[in-house]
Amino acid sequence: MDFDLSEEQRLLQDSLAKLLADKYGFEQRKAYLKSKAGWSTEVWGQFAELGLLGLPFAEDEGGFGGGAVETMLVAEQLGRAIALEPWLTTVVIGGSFLRNGASAELRGELVPKIAAGELKLAFAQVERQSRYDLFDVLTSARKDGSGYVLNGRKGYVVHGDSAEKLIVTARTAGGQRDLKGIGVFLVDANAPGVQRRGYRTVDGQRAAEIELSDVRAEAVLGNPENGLPLVDQVVDEAIAALAGEAVGAMQVAHDMTVDYMKTRQQFGRPIGSFQALQHRAADMLVALEQARSMSLFAAMAVAERDPAERRKSMAAVKVQIGRSARFVGQQSIQLHGGIAMTIEYACGHYFKRLTVNDAMFGDADHYVRYLSDTGGLVQAA
Amino acid sequence: MDLRFTEEEIAFRREVRDFIARELPAATRERMIAGKSPTKEMVVEWQRKLNARGWAAPEWPKEAGGPGWSLAQRYIFREELQQAPAPSPLGFNINMCGPVIIEFGTEAQKQRFLPRMLNLDDWWCQGFSEPGAGSDLASLKTRAVREGDHYVVNGQKTWTTLAQHADWIFLLVRTDPTAKKQEGISFLLVDMKTPGITVRPIITIEGGHEVNEVFFDDVKVPVENLVGEENRGWDCAKFLLGNERFGQARVGASRERIRRLKVIAQESMDGGRPLMEDPDFRRKVTEIEVELKALEMTVMRVIATETKRKDKKPDPATSVLKIKGTEIQQMCAELLMKAAGPYAWVDGDPEGEDDGNEVDVAPDWALGLAGIYFNWRKQSIYGGSNEIQRNIMAKAFLGL
Repeated sequence: MDFDLSEEQRLLQDSLAKLLADKYGFEQRKAYLKSKAGWSTEVWGQFAELGLLGLPFAEDEGGFGGGAVETMLVAEQLGRAIALEPWLTTVVIGGSFLRNGASAELRGELVPKIAAGELKLAFAQVERQSRYDLFDVLTSARKDGSGYVLNGRKGYVVHGDSAEKLIVTARTAGGQRDLKGIGVFLVDANAPGVQRRGYRTVDGQRAAEIELSDVRAEAVLGNPENGLPLVDQVVDEAIAALAGEAVGAMQVAHDMTVDYMKTRQQFGRPIGSFQALQHRAADMLVALEQARSMSLFAAMAVAERDPAERRKSMAAVKVQIGRSARFVGQQSIQLHGGIAMTIEYACGHYFKRLTVNDAMFGDADHYVRYLSDTGGLVQAA
Repeated sequence: MDLRFTEEEIAFRREVRDFIARELPAATRERMIAGKSPTKEMVVEWQRKLNARGWAAPEWPKEAGGPGWSLAQRYIFREELQQAPAPSPLGFNINMCGPVIIEFGTEAQKQRFLPRMLNLDDWWCQGFSEPGAGSDLASLKTRAVREGDHYVVNGQKTWTTLAQHADWIFLLVRTDPTAKKQEGISFLLVDMKTPGITVRPIITIEGGHEVNEVFFDDVKVPVENLVGEENRGWDCAKFLLGNERFGQARVGASRERIRRLKVIAQESMDGGRPLMEDPDFRRKVTEIEVELKALEMTVMRVIATETKRKDKKPDPATSVLKIKGTEIQQMCAELLMKAAGPYAWVDGDPEGEDDGNEVDVAPDWALGLAGIYFNWRKQSIYGGSNEIQRNIMAKAFLGL
């Protein structure tokens, strides 16, 4: 057991922190938000230079050779900045699909482009009726010659408006909620039959509603008859990254709150001198530390070989991160008071991102249900 | 960063687990599974088995009679004991007084007391709290006046856990009433057989006898039983309390309680089916399991940072362990009681003394669970109440 970072890991963390300190102040972020893309292409280019975009790919494929710990470190820094760029969708989610589901040939074609910042990916999974069930899929994939033709609608496709390629779940067989018969397909976002309506979400991120009408897939990722295990694997990696991101955002929200408690004067003294507020801040710290522990656990458990065990572990991560994020987020607003209710103040933006972070791929309540229905973490004696 | 246990650590866990399986008396194990505290005889017997194996004091350095383990090994060892469940090495000896003597004591004190502590030839108890000094421990009033080659102690201690078993007590006493409150305190070792000591039981709400009042009436204590310098006893107290909090996470113990809870929830029927099949109940259990998993990782983080610390100051992160550890244990106790349903309400017999109440009407698995729930409310009060922990965090961590 060793929680120390290696020299390379520390370098990665520090250089990203430095870049974000330089490029991702709250005012700069506001400007990125207001831009047409909704994020910064300049910063994206710098991510590429730092090696963040090739992070999870093997070095001989043009990547950085990073693992779950590196992903956590980057995610935490991006969470501290509540960065808006499509890193999670392209590098973590897209990256995982390519590593776990693509041919070496396809990776050879795509990975260098991703690493260079020339190719962005988005994951088209959510449907109107699916809520958080990854297996609830109506979008269809029809075999046509050697390939597949897709039809259906996908919603809340994060960064689906700017991605050049989409990774789409679609049904090759079975009914809406069957576990089998789901395939994962790579689609050119500008292919005939793809219609995209981009929009902004409450946390300032970009997303798209996507309609697929007789769209020919470019490639199949994994087994087209049984792609759900691949999707589970990828989503578990995304959950680990989301945990890191949430810890970064919670840390900033908490720091901001404690600083404010030291400076804000009421009744002739700093509000941080009042015990009721001190204890709340201490409870926020407990929640944050428990979340940080779970983010570390995620980095470890995501490599678990048994998929059922891995899913359960990541469900537990989701529950703890979601519970902590809600408490820290809500209380950071409460302890600030009115100032944090204004859109001009950074705290609320952290709260909003934490709220959406909890809900991505299923909120804490969803995973409590999942975990309790699959036997929990502790075996009965 | 590598968050896994090493091969050696995994092998060590197996060694500990095998030892417990082989050596732990069935009666002790069964009593503890039922949620009861082991008897004095059971604790002594087990401590001596551990001592014979060289495992009596996981945290002590080798030269003091400890096994010389890494923090990870100590954690594994304690976790295995808790989840067996087996008695832990007696905390008063091994985690409270022993380390203070090792840190602050004279060579003669070490020679005299440590081997007997390890073998539980002497059972120690803790004389800190007083009627007027609970969370505000430094306001304690028990007086010790130096007269020649001994101190004369007068005053009263309270909440003295298992004083009825104890051969010795370690005491915080006021030796300089004119100094500022933390500065006039000394740390004394007192033989419980000394004339002038009276132990009076305090029966807690569930009916058990764990804690006591201890009265001191002109009790003569040889000066050689002073630990550290006179009037510097607060240093010993702070050091001891820092050690005490470290163990309060009790992850293994909570895991064992959750296992037990799942067994009982299979036995106990609700709506015509085992309670464990009720989704609402299951979700409550799951919420605790998740908190416990996070706590387990927090403990490991604290262990990892402690390993690298040079100074001996307690880590403020221990406050997280205390708050969460006790909250989780209390939630376990509450769910166990609720799982048992109406048979949890048969008033148990915590001391095993037959007072005529018909306790055997309840199924074995239900008996005494309400008592444990009531008793375990103590956990968020003792060892620095959870509110004191929050004060410490606000001050030490947040600078408020």
